[in-house]
Order: sequence, then structure tokens, then C-alpha cells
Amino acid sequence: MFIPFLYELRARKVPVGTQEAVALAGALKAGLHESSLDGFYYVARALLVHDEKHLDAFDEAFGKIFEGIEGKAIELQQQLLEWLRNAEERLPTLTPEERALLATFDRHELEKLFEQRLREQKERHDGGNKWIGTAGTSPFGHSGRAARPGIRIGGGGGMKSAVTVAGQRNFREYRDDLVLDVRQLALALRKLRLFTREGQPDELDLDGTIDKTARNLGELEVVTRPPRKSNTRVILMMDVGGSMDPYAHLVSRLFTAAKKATHFKELRTYYFHNCIYGRVYKNARLSEPVKISQLFAETDRKYKLILVGDALMAPWELMSVSGWQEDEGVEGVMWMMRLREHYPSAAWLNPEQPSSWWQSTIDVLRRIFPMYPLTLEGLGDAVHQLTKVRVA
Amino acid sequence: MRFKGTDTYLTSESLRSAVDCALVLERPLLVKGEPGTGKTLLAEAISSALGLQLLTWNVKSTTRAQDGLYVYDAVQRLHDSRFNDHDVKNIEKYIKLGPLGESFAAPERRVLLIDEIDKADLEFPNDLLHELDRMRFRVIETEREVVARLRPVVIITSNNEKDLPDAFLRRCVFHFIDFPDQELMKRIVSVHHPDLSDRMVDQALQIFFELRALTRLRKRPSTSELVDWIAALKASGITTVKLDENLPFLGALLKREQDLLAFSETFGSGKRTRA
Repeated sequence: MFIPFLYELRARKVPVGTQEAVALAGALKAGLHESSLDGFYYVARALLVHDEKHLDAFDEAFGKIFEGIEGKAIELQQQLLEWLRNAEERLPTLTPEERALLATFDRHELEKLFEQRLREQKERHDGGNKWIGTAGTSPFGHSGRAARPGIRIGGGGGMKSAVTVAGQRNFREYRDDLVLDVRQLALALRKLRLFTREGQPDELDLDGTIDKTARNLGELEVVTRPPRKSNTRVILMMDVGGSMDPYAHLVSRLFTAAKKATHFKELRTYYFHNCIYGRVYKNARLSEPVKISQLFAETDRKYKLILVGDALMAPWELMSVSGWQEDEGVEGVMWMMRLREHYPSAAWLNPEQPSSWWQSTIDVLRRIFPMYPLTLEGLGDAVHQLTKVRVA
Repeated sequence: MRFKGTDTYLTSESLRSAVDCALVLERPLLVKGEPGTGKTLLAEAISSALGLQLLTWNVKSTTRAQDGLYVYDAVQRLHDSRFNDHDVKNIEKYIKLGPLGESFAAPERRVLLIDEIDKADLEFPNDLLHELDRMRFRVIETEREVVARLRPVVIITSNNEKDLPDAFLRRCVFHFIDFPDQELMKRIVSVHHPDLSDRMVDQALQIFFELRALTRLRKRPSTSELVDWIAALKASGITTVKLDENLPFLGALLKREQDLLAFSETFGSGKRTRA
């Protein structure tokens, strides 16, 4: 029964496999679902979903696979049997005519009739004496005046059935297809580490201690050393707006990964549009400018510069002067070369396909910066290149 | 073993179901959710409901997987070897089991809480895969194998600061603690403050949910903050609260300066509110 459900989940990009199937089978065998569709819903959700961003897809799939069998669900059968039992208990309060009517139905017959009616009925039905609905005298429905016991459907009292719970889709807002491979990007960025020992010597150097102690004829001498810490400082500059818009989600993933990376001693992020002149900006709205000269003063050659952009612009943009005071009358391309000169360890990540890198402005910039495609592989290569350059 | 919640910890059906799954299948239970929705308290509730002792492993950014298994105290051994009054031949004496190792070695079943696993290094969960799967590890120094006779009930919490690796997720039963709705929240409050008047509870809840609906907030107040706030109101003898710029003990609900600013701009006349 649940195998098609697993494939439905897979079709919705919820990563389930053999391991999950076996676990679910084990849980069902142990009776964790308590023979109800509700129970099955919760058990399946706990075992098949591993991340809240998949909860919505799970609800969708559950609704699709199990919606049709609502009427047949074991849970409803239980509800039905219980109802009949209650009605029999109330027997003394019924009039003799009603009791006679009750005798005309037995439980199995009622059940069969119910399923049959359920198949025939196509629409909501209120009132009347045959169809399933509310306020009628048919044995099926709720708030009815039927003299004989029937099957209560919906209405107050009952538990929410699993299909309606799934139908509510409470987890829509947790869906986030974007962050799917932030982890992969973060792992690639992890290689961008440079460990140095500096700071307070508060880590025990075991080998050193044993060595010293032995030289001391067994008199304990504890040797400490500063802990190994990553000393990587990174400047990330991103092109925003215009031709970069189609790549916004890709860039934001890289941005998230870089922000989350705990192994950078310092991460500075700046934005620019198309080409860098005398200034870059602290936010994507390009409203908080930082002079390049100031940036140069604050950061030394040890910083690693990562530029992200498609390097596509009108050729005159590279050759023009923006006219700002801090521009010093220097053209865009010269600013790019100054950046390259200041940061020996630099790389350019380009979301454009490498096959289109022959275009004029890309071609110019890739002569200045080593350029890599903004893919997992390209990022790996860029990181490799960045770590290769040792700056004294 | 079935989990039913405790007097002070209210659960939902989905949470009970997830806990039962973890208990029966003997898999770790991974709990995620907004901060302050009771992830850590769940482990305490499970331990008291099942009558099992709780071991807590608080994960920090510097925590290594090895720390949870055991540490070898070489300095103590060196120190003891200086005077001939300790037997330093027995390395076993200098092996100190970590929380995970302790829960394996315990004679009875334990509940192990691995709190905030996402605080640790990216590789941390991967390093624990084998140990959590097989519930055994080897102490290299003594060649001793620590095997769990009774698999501990492992509860892992995460605040979603880092993504966890797929291989790790596959081995866990997952539950996402959704934010409680008004009804459940009312029950939670009455569990913590049973003597509070209905009118006061309604007022406090209304303000709380109105604050949560404020989209400008960076950190929306959650269950634990509400419970604390009501405790503060109670302690100072306040019997009625109104949502305006003079809301008492606002600092218990809003923790960020920008949020306080946003609050005073929305509900006050723009002047800074005392925290």
C-alpha cells in the first residue's frame, strides 16, 4: 500500500529510499500507527521526512494518494462501529416504532449500504432521507433526525481525519527549495582555510609535554601552545542588478554559504553594479558607499578577494570614469587592475556559461582575474587557486 | 514503551507519534523548531515519563565527536607517574567517558540529549554516524570496546543554523515542533501558571499573538518568553495588561534593540521604550 506513496514522495523530491521503507514497515509491524489513518500519517511523517522544508511536499503527496480511500479507511470503520454501539446503548430511550426500524438494519448491512451510497453520491447533500449529508433522515450524515442509528459523517465530535490534516498544509511556509545545496557550497568553501597558531597558548601540547618531562627526569613540565585557528579573511564582492538578476538565487546561495562558514576569521561583503569605480557598497541597494582607497587602507594583501559577477557590460563602462570625487579620474578597468594588484589572492566567479566567455568585457576581465564558472566544480577550482597563492 | 507527555509538558499527537517511533525503532529522534518551543524540555519530559536517567551533551562550536565518546587524560597520568604512589600502568583509570560513552556503558537504559547539534563543526554529525548506528565504539588506548547493552534513547535538537548531512538525517526519526496555536498555548500557560485568572491569560495571550503577528520583528517571542513574561507580571502583582507603549516587562518578550524600536514605533508615539 505505501510503496506507491514512497514513489509519489520521490517524485516530489522528498529523498526517501529503501532505508525509510524498511523503517516504516518496521513501525507498522510494531503497530505504531494504531491501525488508523491518522496514526499512519504521523508515523510516516516522522520516518519519511527529514527536514521541515519537505513537510509541505509530504502533505501534498499524502493527500493525493490517500484522499480517495477516505471512505474505506479503517479509522472510519471504527468510528462507525462505535457509533452503532452507542446507539444500541441508547436503545431504551427510543420509541417502539424506532426500535422496530433499528431492527431493520444490522451492522454489516449498514456498512455495505454506506459504501454503496458513498460510491453513488456525487455531491454534498443536506436534508433528505437517502443521501449522505447533514440534517436528514438518512442513516448517514450528522445532525440528522433519523430514527435508526446511522453513520455519522464529519460534523463536530470526531477527530480530524488524517486526510483533512494533510489537506490543511500547515507547513507551506517552511518549504525552501533554495537552500538545498548550500551545504555543498559550504563544504567547498571550507577548503579555504589557512590554519595558524597564534594568540594565547592555552592548548596542551602533549608531545611537547612528554618530551620536556622526560628531559626533566620525570618532573612534570606542562607545555602549552596557541590553538590552531583558521586565519582566512575573505572579501566577497557581488555584482547586483541588471543582467545579474537571473542568477540572483544562485548568488544568494553562495552568499548564505559564505555567511554560515564559521572558519573565516573575517568576511566582508560588498556590492557593485557592472563595474567597480572608486567605491563599492555595503548593501545590495547600493546606498552605503565605501571608498576603495579606504578598503585598501583597512585590508592588507592577506585578504582573499572573491568577485561574483557576469562581467557583462557595455564596453564603454570599463573605459569610462564615473565622475565621483574619489574616482581620481581613473577608468573602471584600472580600478579592477588595482584590486588585483592589492589582493594577490583573487578569483572571479562567473555564472555565465564558459562557452560565452569570448564576449568582449568578459574577455578583458578574465585577463585581469582568474575566472571560474559559478558551479560547485568552479568554486572548488577557485578555492584551490586562492589557497595556492601564499602571501608573506 | 509509549510516551504520553507529562504534567508539565504538553504534547501533540504528531510529537507523541514521533517519540514512539524513535522508541520502538531505537533510532535517534531529531527535533527541530523555532527557539523556545521546548525542544530541550522534550528530553527531560521523556526521561521523567519513562523513568530513565537523563544525560545531556551540550554541543558547542568547539565540540568534537570524540569528546562525546571518551577523553584520555594523559597529563594526569604523567603527573601521577612522578611519585611512585599511583599505579599508572592501568590506562583505563585515565579514560574518562563522555556523555555518549557513558550512555552506552550504563547498566540501565538512559535518555541522551545531544543539544544543539548544529552549533558544532560541519563534519560533526558525520563523525557520529557509526557510533549512533551501531551504538558501540573502541577505546584506542586500551583496545576496549564499549558496546551499549541497552540502546539509549537519543534525542537530538537542532536550531537550523547549519544543514545536517543527508546520511545523518536518514538514520533519524524527524519531528518539527510547530508553533502552538492559541488553544494549545492557553493550555501550556495554564500548566505553568495554574493560579492565573482567565481574564489575565486571555489578555496576555492576545498581546503575545499580536506581537508575533508583527512582521517587522527580527526575533519573534516564543513559548518560553511568554511563560517568563507572565511569571514577571505575576511576581509584580499586575492584574491587567494593555498593548501600548507602556507594556510592562517588554524586555522579557523582545530581545533585540531593533525589535524594541519597531515596537515603540508601532504601538507608541515613536519615543524609545524602556526595556
